[in-house]
Amino acid sequence: MNENFANGCGSLEHFSRRSVLKMAGLSGLSWLTPLATTLAQQEEQKKDKKAPAKSLIILWLEGAPSQLETFDPHPGTEIAAGSKARKTNVKGIQLGRALEQTAEQMDSISIVRSLHSKEGDHERAIYNVKTGWNPDPTLKHPAVGSVICHNTQKADKGVVEIPRHISIVPTNSPARGGFLGDQYDAFKIGDPKNPVADVKANVDERRFKTRIDDLKNFVDRKFANRRIKKMAGSRTLGGHNLDAALRMMSSDQLKAFDISKVSKQRAAAFGDTAFGRGCLAAIQLIQTGVRCVEITLSGWDTHANNHELQNNLIKILDPAYASLIRELKEQGLLDSTLVVCGGEFGRTPYMNAVGGRDHWPHGFSIALAGGGIKGGRVIGETSPTPKRETKNRVAELKDPHPIEDIHATIFSAFGIDYTHEFDTPIGRPMAISKGTPIKGLLS
Amino acid sequence: MWKKNVFFALLMIVGVFASGYFLLPANRVPDPTTHDVNWASQPEVKKVLDQLNSEFQKRWRDKKIEPTPRADNLTIIRRLSLGLIGSVPSLEEIRKIEKQPSEQQVAWWVSRLLEDKRSADYIAERLARAYVGVDNGPFVLFRRRRFVDWVSNQIHTGKPYHEIARKLLVDEGLWTDSAAVNFMTVTLDEEDNQGAVDPIRMAGRTSRAFLGMRIDCLQCHDDFLGTVYLGDEGKKRTGVQEDFHRLAAFFNDTRVNLAGIRDTKKIQHYQFKFLDDDAESIVPEGVPFRADLLPDDGTRRQKLATWITHKENRQFARAIVNRIWAIVTGRPLVEPIDDIPLHGPYPPGLETLADDLIANDYDLRRLIRLIALSEPLARDSQADFEITAAHERHWASFPLTRLRPEQMAAGIYQATSLKTIDARAHIIQKLTQFGMVNDFVKRYGDIGENEFETRSSTVTQRLILLNGKMVKERLRGQTSPARLQLLNRDDRKAIEIAYLCVFTRRPDGEEMNYFLKRFSENEGKRIDIIQDVFWELINGHEFAWNH
Repeated sequence: MNENFANGCGSLEHFSRRSVLKMAGLSGLSWLTPLATTLAQQEEQKKDKKAPAKSLIILWLEGAPSQLETFDPHPGTEIAAGSKARKTNVKGIQLGRALEQTAEQMDSISIVRSLHSKEGDHERAIYNVKTGWNPDPTLKHPAVGSVICHNTQKADKGVVEIPRHISIVPTNSPARGGFLGDQYDAFKIGDPKNPVADVKANVDERRFKTRIDDLKNFVDRKFANRRIKKMAGSRTLGGHNLDAALRMMSSDQLKAFDISKVSKQRAAAFGDTAFGRGCLAAIQLIQTGVRCVEITLSGWDTHANNHELQNNLIKILDPAYASLIRELKEQGLLDSTLVVCGGEFGRTPYMNAVGGRDHWPHGFSIALAGGGIKGGRVIGETSPTPKRETKNRVAELKDPHPIEDIHATIFSAFGIDYTHEFDTPIGRPMAISKGTPIKGLLS
Repeated sequence: MWKKNVFFALLMIVGVFASGYFLLPANRVPDPTTHDVNWASQPEVKKVLDQLNSEFQKRWRDKKIEPTPRADNLTIIRRLSLGLIGSVPSLEEIRKIEKQPSEQQVAWWVSRLLEDKRSADYIAERLARAYVGVDNGPFVLFRRRRFVDWVSNQIHTGKPYHEIARKLLVDEGLWTDSAAVNFMTVTLDEEDNQGAVDPIRMAGRTSRAFLGMRIDCLQCHDDFLGTVYLGDEGKKRTGVQEDFHRLAAFFNDTRVNLAGIRDTKKIQHYQFKFLDDDAESIVPEGVPFRADLLPDDGTRRQKLATWITHKENRQFARAIVNRIWAIVTGRPLVEPIDDIPLHGPYPPGLETLADDLIANDYDLRRLIRLIALSEPLARDSQADFEITAAHERHWASFPLTRLRPEQMAAGIYQATSLKTIDARAHIIQKLTQFGMVNDFVKRYGDIGENEFETRSSTVTQRLILLNGKMVKERLRGQTSPARLQLLNRDDRKAIEIAYLCVFTRRPDGEEMNYFLKRFSENEGKRIDIIQDVFWELINGHEFAWNH
C-alpha cells in the first residue's frame, strides 16, 4: 500500500496564500497579487510583534533516544521493560529515572510526547527533523537555524562578526542552508576545550598582511580583469567572504568560543564531556549575538543493550541540559532563548531479542524550553499498550502532532511567519514550514 | 664463504632495487594507446563537430553576441582535467602535453585522461550521485562504494551506456555480488516497506536519472502550474498524478530476500489513493509518453528498461548528454540538469549530441571527445569587450563555475606536488592524499547530489583556505614544489613553476615582475617567499573557479 505523503513539494499543504495568488496571476487576475500580498504582509507584521525568542539552542541527540527512558516513561508497564521513572518539580509529570537534574528544571520545560513522522531511516529522518520536510532529491531544504539566520540577517549586519549559526561536535549531518545558500550552513567546531580551527594565521602578522595584500590587490584583481562582472543568479567571486573571514579572525567576539576562563566549578556542573562544554559555550555564543547553536550528542542508536547504553548517554545529557536551562534562567536569557532537545525519531515500545529497541517514528518526544514556550507542560500521549501490528499507528497517539508542528512552533516563537513562501532555485514556491504551531506550548 | 658474500651482495642489490621500485615514482605520464591524431578530421566525426559548432554559432549570431576568442591550450586542458578527473594537471603532465604538437595537445590529453582510471572513477562518482544520492543508505543492504566501483569499471571498460542503464534497472542478486542492485536497495526502508524497494522513490529517481525529467510533483497532485508536460509528439499534455504512479508500479514486484533483489513471480498490484479519491485503486504500470515503445514481454522492470533504453526514446540520450556535458564543463546545457523538457525547445548541441550517441551505440567516450573538441569548451572566459550573463548563458564565453569541494581538495593536493597523484603514485602518497582530501571535503562541505547547481561560498571555506591544515602542510611538505625550489636558484623559474602548478599557465610579464620584486626586496627568505607565492595563488579566485 502506498500513501499520498508529502514530499518536498509538500502535496497541497504549502499551496497557501502566495501559491494561490500566483495561480490567480496565471489566470489573468494578476492585479490582485501586489495588493493582496502587501495586505497579507502587513497582517504578518502585526503578528510578529509578539516574538520573544531571539536565539535557538538545539541539543541534538543523534541516533534517536528512547522516549521510554527519557521524556516519556511508562513505569510498571510491559513497554517500559523495567525502566523506571522519577518525579519532577511539576506535579504529575515524570521523566526517565536517570534524568535526575533535568527533573528539577521541569517547570521551565515542556514536552511533546505525541510526535510522529514517516521517516524511519536515520539519514532521512535527520533531514526531516532538522528541516521539517521530507527529503526531496530535487530540492534541499534549509535547517531551522538557517531559516532563522536568513530572516535575521539585516538586524545582525555589522553587529555579529562571528558565524551566527554554529554546530558544536557535529557528526556527518550538521545543519545546512539548503536552498537558502551555503552561507547559512552551520559553522562547525569541535570540543570547545580546543581552540576554534582555522581562525589563526599560520605565518607571522607581517607575512600574513603581505599575503592578503597581494591576494586582494594583485592576484584576484588580475583574474577579475576582462572577465564577467555581473554574474547571473547568486554567483559572486567571493571577495566578501574574504573580508568576513578576516573580520572574524581579528574579532574580539572569538572569545565567545573560549570556555577556558570559566571557573572549574561552573564548568563541572555541565559535566566533563564535549557535549557539556558545548552547552556551556552555547551560552557565551548567544550572549555574543549568535542566533542558533546546535550541540550534538550521538550514539543513541541502541539496537542492543538499550537500557545500559541509553543510561550512559543520559548521564552526559542530564547535567548539561539541566545546567544550561538553570544558567539561562539565572542570567535572564531563557525568555529570549529557545532550547530544543530531541533526536530524529524514537525507539520501539518493545524490546528486541538482544535487549535493544529499534527505530520508532510513530510516537516520540521532543522537549522545548524558553523563548516564549510555557514550561511544565506535556502535550500528547503515547499508548502504554501499543499494538504491534497495526496500519494506523498515529491513531494510538493522543493529540498527535507531525514533526513539522515543532518547526512551526519554533518559527512562531521567533515571530517568523511560517507560512511565508520562499522562491526556490527551481522556481517552486516553498513554505517555511508545512506544520501548525502547537498552541499548548505558546499560550 | 664467498658464496655467502655473493648471496649477501645480491640480496643488497635486490633490496636497493625493491626500495627504488616501491619508494620512487614509476615512469610517469604514459602516452595514450588510443589516441588517433586523425580522429577529429575523419569525415563522419568532422560532420558532427561542424554541425555542433554551427548550432552554437547560429545562436550567437541570432542573439547578436560576439563570442570570446579561443582560450589557450593549457586553459582548455585545465578545464578537461577538472571535468574528467576532478583535479588540475600536474607539472609533469603539463611538460608532457607541451611536447605534443600544439594542434594535437587537447585531443591527446583527452585520450590520456580517458585511459586513466581516475576519469572512470570520477565520472562514476558523479553518475552515482544521480543514481543513488550520497547517503549511506540502509545498513548492510546498501554498499555505495561497491556500487561506484561497479559503475567505474563499466565506464573504464567502455561499456555502452544503454547497457549500464539496463543492468541498473533489471539486475537481480545480492548487493555485494551484483553491485548494480544497489540502485534498488538504497530505497529499502525497514519501517515502511519491509522487504520491498520503495516504488515511489524508484520512480522519481529513474525519471530524473535516465529521462532527465522531474516529475516528482506528480506524486502528490496533478500539474497545475504548467511545469510538467508529457504525452506524445503532437499530443502534448500536462502531467497528472497517475503518470507518476504508473511509473512507480513497474517497481512494485521487486523484493529483497536471502538471495538479494528478486522480482516476485506473481504481479503485485500497486495501490494508491489519488488526491480526490475516497479509496485506493489499483494502478497498472504505464509510461508517460511513447507507450508504443513498451514491449509486451518480460518482467515489469525488464519492460521498463527496454522502454527507457529504446533508441527512439530520445529523452534517455538527452539525459546522459546533458549530464556528461555538465561533468566535462561544470554546467549543463539544460538547467536544472534533470529537468529537460520532453517537447523542447532544446539548446544548441543537445539534439546533435543525442543523435550521435544513439547512432554510435551509446559510446560515452566518443561523447566526451566531441564535447572536448567543441567550440563552447574552447571559448575563453575573458575578452577585451564586456562579457555579460548572456555570453555565458549561450556559451559564447566559457561560464565561470566554482570548483566543487572535491575539485578544490584534489586540486590543492596536486598543485602542491610536482609528480602526478594517480594510480601510479606511491601507496603512501595515495593514502595521504585520500585522508587529506576526505578531511578537507568533510570540513569544506560536500555539495551532495545536486552538485551542478550554483552554490555560494562560505566563510568556513575561506578560513580553510587561508589557515587550514591541508594548505599549510602541503606547502611545508618535503616534496612540495615550494620546498623543492630551494634547489633551484632561478627566481624566474620558481615563479613560473608556481603558476604552472597552481594556475596551469605561465605568468605574464606583469605577474613575473611583481613577484620578482618580492625576491629582490627580501634577501635571505627565499623559501618563505616561494611559499607565499604558492599560498596566494591557491587562495586566488583563479584557482577556485573553473574558467
